[in-house]
Amino acid sequence: MSGKALALLRGGPLVNAILAKIRELAPKAVEAVGQAPIKIMDFCGTHEYTITHYGLRSLMPPEVELVAGPGCPVCVTPAFYVDTAIKLSLEGVRVYTYGDAYKLPGSGRPGGGIRSLEEARAAGGDVVVVYSILDAIRRASREGKDSVFLAVGFETTAPATAAPVVRGMLPSNLTIINVHRLTPPIMRYTFERHRENPIRGVIAPGHVSTIVGAKAWRFVVEDYGIPTVVAGFEPVDVLLAVMEILRQLSRGEPMLVNEYSRVVTWEGNRTAQKMIAECCDVVDAAWRGIGFVPESGLAFRDKYRIHDALLQYGIREPGPDEWSYDLPPGCRCAEVTLGMARPTDCPLFMKVCTPGTPYGPCMVSSEGTCAVWARFGGGGLAEEIARGIGLK
Amino acid sequence: MTWFIRMWKRVTLAHGAGGRETKEVIERIIRALVPREYWTVKGGTGLDILDDSALIPIDNGYLAVTIDSYTVKPLFFPGGDLGVLAASGTINDLLMAGARPLAALDAVIVEEGFEFEKLLTITRSYTETLYKHGVSLIGGDFKVMPRGEIDGVVISSTGLGVVEGEPIRDDKIRPGDKIIVSGYLGDHGAAILASQQEIGVKFNVKSDVKPLTDLMLPLLKEYRGRIHGAGDPTRGGLSMLLNDWAQLTGTVIVVDESSIPVREQVREYAEMLGVDPLSLASEGVAVLAVDPSVADEILDYMHRLGYREASMVGEVYKPSNPSHAGRVLLRSITGGVRILEPPSGEIVPRIC
Repeated sequence: MSGKALALLRGGPLVNAILAKIRELAPKAVEAVGQAPIKIMDFCGTHEYTITHYGLRSLMPPEVELVAGPGCPVCVTPAFYVDTAIKLSLEGVRVYTYGDAYKLPGSGRPGGGIRSLEEARAAGGDVVVVYSILDAIRRASREGKDSVFLAVGFETTAPATAAPVVRGMLPSNLTIINVHRLTPPIMRYTFERHRENPIRGVIAPGHVSTIVGAKAWRFVVEDYGIPTVVAGFEPVDVLLAVMEILRQLSRGEPMLVNEYSRVVTWEGNRTAQKMIAECCDVVDAAWRGIGFVPESGLAFRDKYRIHDALLQYGIREPGPDEWSYDLPPGCRCAEVTLGMARPTDCPLFMKVCTPGTPYGPCMVSSEGTCAVWARFGGGGLAEEIARGIGLK
Repeated sequence: MTWFIRMWKRVTLAHGAGGRETKEVIERIIRALVPREYWTVKGGTGLDILDDSALIPIDNGYLAVTIDSYTVKPLFFPGGDLGVLAASGTINDLLMAGARPLAALDAVIVEEGFEFEKLLTITRSYTETLYKHGVSLIGGDFKVMPRGEIDGVVISSTGLGVVEGEPIRDDKIRPGDKIIVSGYLGDHGAAILASQQEIGVKFNVKSDVKPLTDLMLPLLKEYRGRIHGAGDPTRGGLSMLLNDWAQLTGTVIVVDESSIPVREQVREYAEMLGVDPLSLASEGVAVLAVDPSVADEILDYMHRLGYREASMVGEVYKPSNPSHAGRVLLRSITGGVRILEPPSGEIVPRIC
């Protein structure tokens, strides 16, 4: 997209017209729902980025509350898998991973207090940050060293892991720690946790939807009656989603709408879906600080288990009965992930837990709600300062 | 602090990235180890305001002194090399204190096995950049370290200059001042990132590295005393610089995103990597805090000096509440406000 077209999606007359409509619809929606404020949840770290980075909360009428949901795959990766990767790196196995997972804290137990792969590398562990699994495959083939790839991510990154496995591209010295997680199950889980003060609208994840298709969110409308809009990541996309949700609420007609049709189709990417299905079974899986969520993870099917790092190195995954709370003491990342607390509600936020020295996982990934708020001053402070100095 | 909260035990790359962590190292290690009365020479500035150059009072003015280590990967990048970078950085740090650059000294450490041809090129860049801007190289040091114990070449460069008249001390920035930037931001950082990361995207922005003598010397001649603060937004970019200023002066600085000059290509590339272009380094840009009564005049003069992209981007305010002091606000192009935080951590790619 050209710069000029992009600029129109970020500011100017179109944005102002949508904002006017939102202000007009908000009281009507409140009247129809019978409760204020209207809680609208975004389910993607990049939406939260757009909302905070462009200051969209400061443009919302008081009747509308934008809440961040579980949109960060790094944040929900259980400490066990980070610890496992750290241990392997210190034992001379090369660990490849994405930049975000590189800084993700584990339990802090391995190696006498090593908290992340970043620290493991500083302590002599063999850790390499890559942009894609293909880089790891290339380097592992070339260098012949025993290596593992720490594969984290939602449906967006799962096909990238699945494709080389299915196509037989992995060299024998490279295995995978598969921590991929699925988004629809955690969305169901989140709705249940918000039963007291329900979520009234869903801004469904754009990136994930390119893979799973808009159809994946039909259950939100059918089972929960919640207006749902698959949205893109420019300010206009998010504002249109809010407007559409308010419109549906005011009319009492929940629907599934695909606002991001320039990228997302109803069916999604069939090839990628097939690749995942061929490679992995859907299994109950642990989410950090939350516990096991039914049918929310991916595990290699038997014929591909030879690529499973845990199997290869004789490491047993804890099952549901052995799961224990795996967030550092005091950290409220799980509640933040589920949209039940705001980062500013956490006593550690920007005190001991900062993007440079993250204490909890939500501060690590650029997609984590805490990291987004830390970088761009989420939580209302910006508005307060602006009012204080008389900025309009 | 409770017992279970441990600080990081080892130095990480983030500590040297020029952001929040570097500041913590200065605060908790360096300033903590030097008694306050030794932070400056009497009547001058130093560790107290941590400006681009330290000032030592002399007859009719000040001696300005600065030092920086330069290490860049790759050593030769689009638009320059380590030598130009070191010389420009040294000269610019002097200019930003209101000094006329006079002399430099360099300490060069080279890795065993490094090619002489490359060393020659880098050294030529360094020395030529200095003398073409009227700066003498008056001494230095040369050492070699065993292969693998240092990556290529590291140059430490000291600059000396004189301030004839009032220096620019960033602690003099006050409410009402207008913020002006002299050109496109982030070109250097983006060019370096692009040459480090092979992400298969064509990117042809060059580093903006250059000494700013042709901008700053005329400006100082005409407007000395009206320029209350000056800085070059190197590591940490505009975000870091403005946050430093706001914290140093206890003010709130507000900038308007739509008036900040960033090349379209840099913006797109930074977005793709999940990096804020306002945190990317520039090596040939000046940021000024100027008296509002002459702000338009100064901007116009900068345009006439050939800095056509120079733009007024913001203003300094007095906070209404003391707890707001030191914050930088950005009005986004959408119209919302957010806080412009100082960058923190290493620049890492995002995963989804």
